[in-house]
Amino acid sequence: MGNESEEIRKGRQQWLELRGKMKDREERFETVSGLPVNDLYTPLDIEGLDYLRDLGFPGLYPFTRGVQGNMYRGRLWTMRQFAGFGTAKDSNQRYKYLLEKGQTGLSIAFDMPTIMGYDSDHPRSLGEVGRCGVAIDSLQDFETLFDGIPMDKVSTSMTINAPASVIWAMYIATGEKQGVRPEQLTGTIQNDILKEYIAQKSWIFPPEPSMRIITDIFEFGSKHVPKWNTISISGYHIREAGSTAVQELAFTLADGFAYVEAGIKAGLDVDDFAPRLSFFFNAHIDFFEEIAKYRAARRIWARRMKEKYGAKNPRSWLLRFHTQTAGCSLTAQQPENNIVRTAYEAMAAVLGGTQSLHTNSMDEVWALPTEKAVQIALRTQQILAYETGAANVIDPLAGSYYVEALTNKMEEEAEKYFEEIDRRGGVLACIDQNFFQQEIADAAYRYQQALDSKQRILVGVNEFINPDEQLEIEILKIDPQVEKEQVERVRKLRQERDNIRVKETLDNLRRACAGTENLMPCILECVRAYATEGEIIQTMKEVFGEYKEKPVF
Amino acid sequence: MSRRIRVLVAKPGLDGHDRGARVIARGLRDAGMEVVYTGLHQTPEQIVEAAIQEDVDVIGLSILSGAHLTLFPRVSELLKERGAEDIIVIGGGTIPTDDIKALKEGGWAKELFTPGTPIETIVQWIRENVRV
Repeated sequence: MGNESEEIRKGRQQWLELRGKMKDREERFETVSGLPVNDLYTPLDIEGLDYLRDLGFPGLYPFTRGVQGNMYRGRLWTMRQFAGFGTAKDSNQRYKYLLEKGQTGLSIAFDMPTIMGYDSDHPRSLGEVGRCGVAIDSLQDFETLFDGIPMDKVSTSMTINAPASVIWAMYIATGEKQGVRPEQLTGTIQNDILKEYIAQKSWIFPPEPSMRIITDIFEFGSKHVPKWNTISISGYHIREAGSTAVQELAFTLADGFAYVEAGIKAGLDVDDFAPRLSFFFNAHIDFFEEIAKYRAARRIWARRMKEKYGAKNPRSWLLRFHTQTAGCSLTAQQPENNIVRTAYEAMAAVLGGTQSLHTNSMDEVWALPTEKAVQIALRTQQILAYETGAANVIDPLAGSYYVEALTNKMEEEAEKYFEEIDRRGGVLACIDQNFFQQEIADAAYRYQQALDSKQRILVGVNEFINPDEQLEIEILKIDPQVEKEQVERVRKLRQERDNIRVKETLDNLRRACAGTENLMPCILECVRAYATEGEIIQTMKEVFGEYKEKPVF
Repeated sequence: MSRRIRVLVAKPGLDGHDRGARVIARGLRDAGMEVVYTGLHQTPEQIVEAAIQEDVDVIGLSILSGAHLTLFPRVSELLKERGAEDIIVIGGGTIPTDDIKALKEGGWAKELFTPGTPIETIVQWIRENVRV
């Protein structure tokens, strides 16, 4: 190798003399995250790379090349479009539509009151019911949501965090009504509260009780709902809030380590819960940077889980992830162009080895997507899967000097953040110090400045503008009647149910919150008695209190 | 000598998407304005109270949850009730074109900025519309 390197160095010198005289378009080239990139990558850029140690084989440690032995030759990724709006009945129809069109899993979006733990008739819910997801108040709504959808056949991802325990209990209880046992249920709850404090900002309780609820969910899942992914540790929202790719990678994995440590501290065996941890990443527009990010993520996770946390089950080493294309890369201007952006992003996710994928619809900068826009987004995945050939070869970009060098760089930069996070006292301490929030705000502001100064071009926004553009796409409208109906529905429920039973189950939950037992069985009892989400969360707030942020900009 | 323009940047409603609000807050501050950012999940009552307490010229509302047709009118009504309708209300977020028209025509928002608007455009607009 030594001699060969010498030869390559000489060749590189020759090339440098040639290209040195050529003028470039820009003085400096960088990824969308601001990471500088060279003009050319050669074997010299990956000199220390050890194939077996750093890449290995798919399905084998350290999983850089993918988590399954045959990847998409066995089964394509799950095409999972995130959807939900209006009432449970409206969403139930949309889910049936998507399943009919060939979608292979469900992904539920909840409205803001549900996400924040308020019932539809709470004063703070005014104007928000059913607006950006489906409105759920009680088990009754969940029964409607899954009417005619066989819960033993469909896997469901639910984007719910602070009240995840309650919504998951509703899912389990709805399964019971369909005659489906908890151990048959498959799906994911997002349940990632750390990224809420960091980026998405939909919190309810303070960090400490939140972490307890999460470890209770881990324990309950491993015993009773073994095929369920009890958390989806999410970088998506960190990226959408404006972070760089490196920050997304580092902060998400740091959150993951924090959950593992919390589980171990709560007395669980790492191999009992780690196989059910899953991840959720963004697919932004810088193609190679994204692919390198996913590959680095798998390698870092496997190494830490094995070496630092002593996991012995190979399934504990696997970083399995869902991907969503970047909402923040889409533009309100010339929205049809978003179809193209999404297609590139989707391809990066697939070449990076994702397990499931959501492709955004072109109109989502304006509102929730129309059926037409959703169909194009799903077709984008189907074209990728069945026409392009991208799914036929495992990790096809491995060995690219650029991709391997960038994968190494991602890992190195993430390691620097892990050190800094440790030095500051861990993830919870960093949240308290506003460290993540400030890092992300700085990156978001730099990005905006780059756009404003046209240092970065965004087609249709700061260049290639159509000066008299008229918006010509259709926009989905939510009927204001939805809120009225939902408010009536929850009020009627409160009159008709057995309110003595509701009070008993809530009292029991309050007692459990003050103690140390697992909360899931008590929450399930509340849900079965048709206590509303708002009532259950309010009961928990009485014991746990509420989180308050320190706003920075 | 004129005083500095004072702006309250606020996130009403329940959604937590504060990227835009924070970028705008910093951009306005860098442009020499005095900026107050009240943080997330503020009720219209809290926003109007803060605006009056802080004696601002402009309230900028950032809404990405779809609740704009409820929240803008509510803030405007409260300002009127408190005799503070001289405070200009502007905003941005995920707001469809038809709703922008409705909010402006109803007098609930003086101007709305869609995604992709350069900060400089907003700075210029505020300077032209606020007399100090």
